[in-house]
Amino acid sequence: MADYKLDRSVRYAKSHEWVRVEEGIATVGVSDFAQDALSDVVYVDLPEVGSTLSAGKQAATVESVKAAEEVNAPVSGVVIEVNPVLTDKPEQINEEPYAAWFFKVRPTDRLADELAALFSPDDYAAFVAGLG
Amino acid sequence: MLQRTPLYATHVASGGRMVEFAGHQLPVQYPSGPTAEHQAVRSAAGLFDIDHMGQFELAGPDAERCLLHLQVWDVTQMAEGDAHYSLLCYADGTVVDDIFLYKLPGRWLIVVNAANRAKDWAWIESHLAGHAVTLTDRSDELAMLALQGPQAATILQKLTHQPLAQIPQRSALTLELGGVKAIAGRTGYTGEDGFELYVPAEQVVEFWQLLLESGQTEGLLACGLAARDSLRFEAGMPLYGHELSPQITPLEARLGWTISWQLPFIGRDALLKTKLEKPQRLLVGLEMVDKAVPREQYAVAADGQIVGQVTSGMKSPTLGKFLAMAYVPAQYSALGTVLDVIVRDQPKQAVVVKRPFYRRSAP
Repeated sequence: MADYKLDRSVRYAKSHEWVRVEEGIATVGVSDFAQDALSDVVYVDLPEVGSTLSAGKQAATVESVKAAEEVNAPVSGVVIEVNPVLTDKPEQINEEPYAAWFFKVRPTDRLADELAALFSPDDYAAFVAGLG
Repeated sequence: MLQRTPLYATHVASGGRMVEFAGHQLPVQYPSGPTAEHQAVRSAAGLFDIDHMGQFELAGPDAERCLLHLQVWDVTQMAEGDAHYSLLCYADGTVVDDIFLYKLPGRWLIVVNAANRAKDWAWIESHLAGHAVTLTDRSDELAMLALQGPQAATILQKLTHQPLAQIPQRSALTLELGGVKAIAGRTGYTGEDGFELYVPAEQVVEFWQLLLESGQTEGLLACGLAARDSLRFEAGMPLYGHELSPQITPLEARLGWTISWQLPFIGRDALLKTKLEKPQRLLVGLEMVDKAVPREQYAVAADGQIVGQVTSGMKSPTLGKFLAMAYVPAQYSALGTVLDVIVRDQPKQAVVVKRPFYRRSAP
């Protein structure tokens, strides 16, 4: 089984998204395991700025040479920014999964509970190891 | 029961990601990834394990006469060493399989799709009665590889003193390659120059390594099924189960050029009728105007009505465009026709464009 990169500054969803909260803003992307499983990414469909996302619900679509996969919002909130780089260079998701963020949301007052429900980096690593 | 090719352990050891394809376990990609593998074939060379494909040998005094009945190409025009693409058709004109024919000394080799191997065998066998021929399945004893790309000939030439210039496009030669007795056909499924190679199954593991070493300086990469699919897609080549099936005729698939109408092949009467009446639906190339990935089985719409279906689609690694092949009614098949591909319930605009999407520049 391959050795996947782990970012220690984020929390992980069971559906393989990561979320990093800095200065009250939550930034979302997909894990190294996810990009590897997807194979080469060719396109992303990002949410609209201003749209409201619910934790655990679909927020974006990532399309690889293999298939189209849903990207869920790990936390609820309003989209304040999407990553324009991914539109032109979706391969950045394969190259640097923890830098290639999809969107940023202004979280709700449920943030603490939603984060608590996600995996810590170590728990996610154990979860992924169990998938092999 | 999933079959493994003799190279199974080699693929696993080199990080090949194994998937099921047509009853076989084959690498869909290696660690370099499908895009890099695709680009290697377009710019240098790639090596493919295609041993899942079937090889039947047809021999005997009536072999040629038999083939005139079994398939659509005029084999009387083929000289020894020639190779050609052809089709097996049912009586109603739809496609049993697309095949590759080699005229070898004293015998014919019929190369068939893995998924259709048992079906083709039964179908061919059922049409041999009364002919002095023998049909032999060589699939297990012969291993089949494809070496494809502009550097393929340079790489292969290092393994033999026999000048490979002697092998023109669509012809084959029996020769020794690095001490391994092989049949090399100058053909392929990628749109590039290259070879399909047949070697004894028990020698294919060492032969694979030999080729990889020979191609190291040229940038040869081992390639998986994903790159094989994207390469053939760009080159406009049909894949059975997608652009061809028992519900599709060669005329709809725009493979009329393979048909020798003067010959008494099975399906001729039905196809001749379709030809005169014109096929009602046709295979087209689509380029997305709206950015979206068109995928197999997505619906194609015209003026808000579903009129057709995508058979293959992807972001073309060479062209960077979102492209598809689809069947649509003939009235929507003209170049420049604007259609929609339905992507996750959303109509995304596309335009009918020329196929093949990619054609290599003349050497």
